[in-house]
Amino acid sequence: MRRARTWLPGLLLVAPSIVAIGVFVYGMLGWNFRLAMTDKHTSRQQDEQFVGLENFIAIWDQPRWHLSVEHAIKFTVVFVVGALVLGWFLAFLMEKGIRGEGTFRTIYLFPMAVSFIATGIVWRWLMNSGQGERAVGLNRLFDAVGLPQWAWFRDQDWGMAAMAIPAVWQMSGYVMALFLAGFRGVPEELREAARVDGCTEWGVYRHVVLPLLRPVTLSALIILGHISLKVFDLIMAVSGKQIVTDVPAVFMWVTVFDSDDPAKGATIAAYIVLAVAIFVIPYLVWSVRKEKDR
Amino acid sequence: MRRQWLATIAMAGLLGLAACGGGNQTPSGTQATGAAGGDSKKQVEVFSWWTGPGEADGLKAMREIFEKQNTQFTFFDAAVAGGSGDKAKALLKTKLDGNQPPDTFQGHAGAELQGYIKDGKLEPLNSLYDELKLKDVFPAQLIEQISVDGQIYSVPVNIHRSNVLWFNPAILKEAGLAGAPKSIDEFIAALEKVKATGKIPLSIGSEWTVAHLLENVMLGSMGTDAYNALFKPGGNWAGPEVTTALQKFAKIMEYAGDPQDDWQPAAKQVADGQAAFNIMGDWAYGYFHNPPDGGLGKASKTDFDWAPSPGTEGTYMWLSDSFTLPKGAKNRDGALAWLKVAASKEGQDAFNPKKGSIPARKDADTSLYTDYLADALKDWGGNKLAGSIQHGVSVSQPHLAAIGEAVGLFMGTKDVAGLQKALDDAAKANIQ
Repeated sequence: MRRARTWLPGLLLVAPSIVAIGVFVYGMLGWNFRLAMTDKHTSRQQDEQFVGLENFIAIWDQPRWHLSVEHAIKFTVVFVVGALVLGWFLAFLMEKGIRGEGTFRTIYLFPMAVSFIATGIVWRWLMNSGQGERAVGLNRLFDAVGLPQWAWFRDQDWGMAAMAIPAVWQMSGYVMALFLAGFRGVPEELREAARVDGCTEWGVYRHVVLPLLRPVTLSALIILGHISLKVFDLIMAVSGKQIVTDVPAVFMWVTVFDSDDPAKGATIAAYIVLAVAIFVIPYLVWSVRKEKDR
Repeated sequence: MRRQWLATIAMAGLLGLAACGGGNQTPSGTQATGAAGGDSKKQVEVFSWWTGPGEADGLKAMREIFEKQNTQFTFFDAAVAGGSGDKAKALLKTKLDGNQPPDTFQGHAGAELQGYIKDGKLEPLNSLYDELKLKDVFPAQLIEQISVDGQIYSVPVNIHRSNVLWFNPAILKEAGLAGAPKSIDEFIAALEKVKATGKIPLSIGSEWTVAHLLENVMLGSMGTDAYNALFKPGGNWAGPEVTTALQKFAKIMEYAGDPQDDWQPAAKQVADGQAAFNIMGDWAYGYFHNPPDGGLGKASKTDFDWAPSPGTEGTYMWLSDSFTLPKGAKNRDGALAWLKVAASKEGQDAFNPKKGSIPARKDADTSLYTDYLADALKDWGGNKLAGSIQHGVSVSQPHLAAIGEAVGLFMGTKDVAGLQKALDDAAKANIQ
């Protein structure tokens, strides 16, 4: 009884959220995986049969699936690398103690407050593909300063790289905040010790600060990576459900609502979950292990 | 210690109560509004995607007639924005799947509507047709498209035309063209001539407008009978006629300008003198012609002009918006009252001149329809009919999604054989 007193109150407190998450997250996930393993290919079908992994294999025969996976990878690489590099660079500048740091920090962090939908609507105009006398937005600007113009997200090969630009714009301020906290967490004594040992300023960053930033970089990578793999709202706002910017989440939406194929939609959803899990699970394992070490 | 314990339990209990309360709120809330509506005036929920200029005005005109004739009902406008019903249909699907239908909803007549009929979502309207003698006033082919097994399932309010070639007369003159091209081959030659002037030969919008172009090129290249046969069971999408049509489509796409955001910016390029041609449905007429605020305020025949799309003269590729009676409608009487207004001559003549379409009824007041609409009304009476693909007449929603996918992939690969295979697969999977 005495023992129960120590753990029971805590358990009761978290019980509602455990139940809610159990039903609405894990229950739904399980339901989705079960649906993905049936042959329910129209919503009016009642007597669906279990077909195992058939849907998971069949989808690789579809050219559109290959295209949307390729797009998701291109988008992820440009977005994650772009936001990390830009965020790191901004934090690096801040860390040097420039004047008006607080103002700049707020300015860079502000895009975070905007939803992807709003960002997308503005950038759709900025990235208009009209060129020459029909140019508006960025192409107009590039035309004026003599830079080459581009079709942006409507480019058949590199459109997804353009699509990542609004996402980089939006999230790099957040990455900056993470890195800035990381920079500030590096004790001044360590830097001084390195300098006393004759290390150059670049060497201090290379050998002292960067290694200590590794956990921050990893967290940023996980956060950006999972946003990127399930991106939907930004794509819908900029381009709608066009094939030229198709990604798995948009493909899933079209499959369920237009093609009316619940099993295939669930299969795509399952692949998105698995792709995100590849990012998140190693991170969870790593952080649990680290907490045990403490 | 004991007090803390109790407090914790109390807190947990409160949270639990709050959660239950939250769960209950939604259904009881809905019931409350339903009951309140029953006391005084019952509301009729009319679901459509008419929110744009012109179409919303037309809906309003019809609503005024409805409210004048039916003082016991209030009209509830449940319109969802989005061209071609993109977003509206997704919301409608969740409502129908959850058995919470609106009292009446807009649907494209033809295969799209037949999806709802086969799903058992709609009530037949034969008694309404008999009561109002509607079989005499709607064209027979239109009634066939909204029927399954002799039961009629909706009330068509308007007819739009898909196969219209919009062009800029000044650019055609500059390119040395005497008039609109009459065949697909003439069209390709004309595009080449325009290209030499440095203008955009053909403007396009987002991917669905390219699918719209495809249906027009197929109709123009194959001819009406062969085109219509594609959608009958056993329609041959793998044959040489389709191959030729797709090759011409690929050739025409070489002359297309940069894709615009949607159909309006693409049409605007023609009206602004940047592009020579645009193939779009006749809803573009309202956009060109209506005064600024909703339209571009351009003068017909000088700023823009029209012709049947190349190779389709004498054929009316049609689509039609119609209203339905879903099973389980909360206010069935109200829905029927709305359908009566939508079917009436008065309702259709109020709606269509504003929307920029012609009425589905054959006995409309022709003096109300001028300029382009007068041409359309004349052609609708005498032309052969073909059903639009992109606008849900000839193909079901899943089939259309597959065609849209094939066209989108083609724009990247430019692979005509791949396009034909994808279209053939889509037809085999969807036409029974």
